[in-house]
Amino acid sequence: MNYDWAPLLLSFKLAAVTTLILAVIGIPFAWWLSITRTRFKPALEALVSMPLVLPPSVLGFYLLLAFSPNNFFGKFIDDWFGVRLAFSFEGLVIASVIFSLPFMVHPVQSGFQSLPASLSEAAYTLGKSRFVTFLRVLLPNIKPSLLAGIVLAFAHTIGEFGVVLMIGGKLPNETLTASIAIYDEVESMHYATANFYAMILFAICFTILLVVYVFNKRILRAG
Amino acid sequence: MQITLHKTLNGPQGVFTLNVDLRVEEGELLVLTGASGAGKTMLLRCVAGLEKPDSGVIRYRDESWYDSAHGICLPIQQRHAGFMFQDYALFPNLTVRGNIEFAQRKGASRKRVDELLEMMALGDLQHSKPATLSGGQKQRAALARALASEPRLLLLDEPLSALDRETRLRLQDEILNMHRQFGLTTLLVSHDISEIYKLSRRVVILESGLIAREGAPADVFGAGRDGGKFRFAGEVLAIEQADVVFAISILVGNQIVRIIATPDEAAQLKVGSRIMLLSKAFNPMLQVV
Repeated sequence: MNYDWAPLLLSFKLAAVTTLILAVIGIPFAWWLSITRTRFKPALEALVSMPLVLPPSVLGFYLLLAFSPNNFFGKFIDDWFGVRLAFSFEGLVIASVIFSLPFMVHPVQSGFQSLPASLSEAAYTLGKSRFVTFLRVLLPNIKPSLLAGIVLAFAHTIGEFGVVLMIGGKLPNETLTASIAIYDEVESMHYATANFYAMILFAICFTILLVVYVFNKRILRAG
Repeated sequence: MQITLHKTLNGPQGVFTLNVDLRVEEGELLVLTGASGAGKTMLLRCVAGLEKPDSGVIRYRDESWYDSAHGICLPIQQRHAGFMFQDYALFPNLTVRGNIEFAQRKGASRKRVDELLEMMALGDLQHSKPATLSGGQKQRAALARALASEPRLLLLDEPLSALDRETRLRLQDEILNMHRQFGLTTLLVSHDISEIYKLSRRVVILESGLIAREGAPADVFGAGRDGGKFRFAGEVLAIEQADVVFAISILVGNQIVRIIATPDEAAQLKVGSRIMLLSKAFNPMLQVV
């Protein structure tokens, strides 16, 4: 039988892009959350955690409305950047970033919070700026948390289903990810193809997590 | 250096105000002492810039570090005040050498790192991570790191409190040496009276945020004020009659001493009484241990 690898590749591409974006915005955001004294902190933390409890269809539904070119946000992005977010890969990336945000932010934030405040204070008294302190003192000392955040965000994006179903539209090479493909194949009674995707996802996810646990133990021991 | 500051604090005994007016001479080693929660650490943190006073003035030479009247608050990074934390705050990801190199200012020489390592006897440990060091080694590494940043002022927050007696004695010598060598103005927090006698010529006692006493250690701790008496607080463990007198066993610190008492004295005591043991020091015996 001829298997189509495209959905699998698309899933990994989506997960890689999402994780990269989350690393760039999620890690500094987690740091900010760990030190901020704003009274809006509980509200922000609740918002970040929403994807953990909210049915993916709820998020997908609102994103679909927001992305629609008939509404302000979708129209704005379409007019200014020429990007159509509904039923497109770019839209999936934005949705995935929102949906996987807690998986990046939570472990990294608790990593930052576990460091004694005296570490950054010591760096400041040695004349180091906040940025240098963040980069050279804080980040290197929460490696296990960073690894956990990156892997969880990646794995969770691969496993995304509900949101992709709502805003994706099953366009091959654009929004037809592996998890959707499995559902599709099962619906069309193509159990062998569904099994092919499912097995590969299972094996890859297991391998990633296994590597993390082995690796993480070593980091913890060395630290 | 002038330190005048007010700050409202939440202590274990409720809200109190840190209200301090201090002059520190250039090159002086000044010790701050007092019960925990009296505001000593907060005072150091305000000087370093880690905390902001409610009002006041902190001046170093002719530079304003903090001046509430003129809205001046120099950032921590620009004060160049070396701070040694109670937990030493060594960076766990860096080796001893890495910690010291990190602290150096731009353009500082590598040779300086070697000098500091040698001075603190850390040469053999320079490639070790902080987690593998003993308390005394961590303390030396933290001191070397603070010095590597070429501070204008050293703030040492109970640098020796976590160490055993022997290490303490050795490191007290090292702090004295370091102070003589660099002549750095130093503020040090300590609870240990013998340490204060050894290290400083001037000590400030803080009580609930206020300066209760200041001066030379001998004056402040009042040797001579009570006519050279020894005073020990103790607890009565046992009262035994021996002929016409009573032998009282008393727990002082970890030691049990037996004291002879007259029947009148013994009548006031019962097992468990808290007592004060006084003695005029006319012929105490000294023995080196």
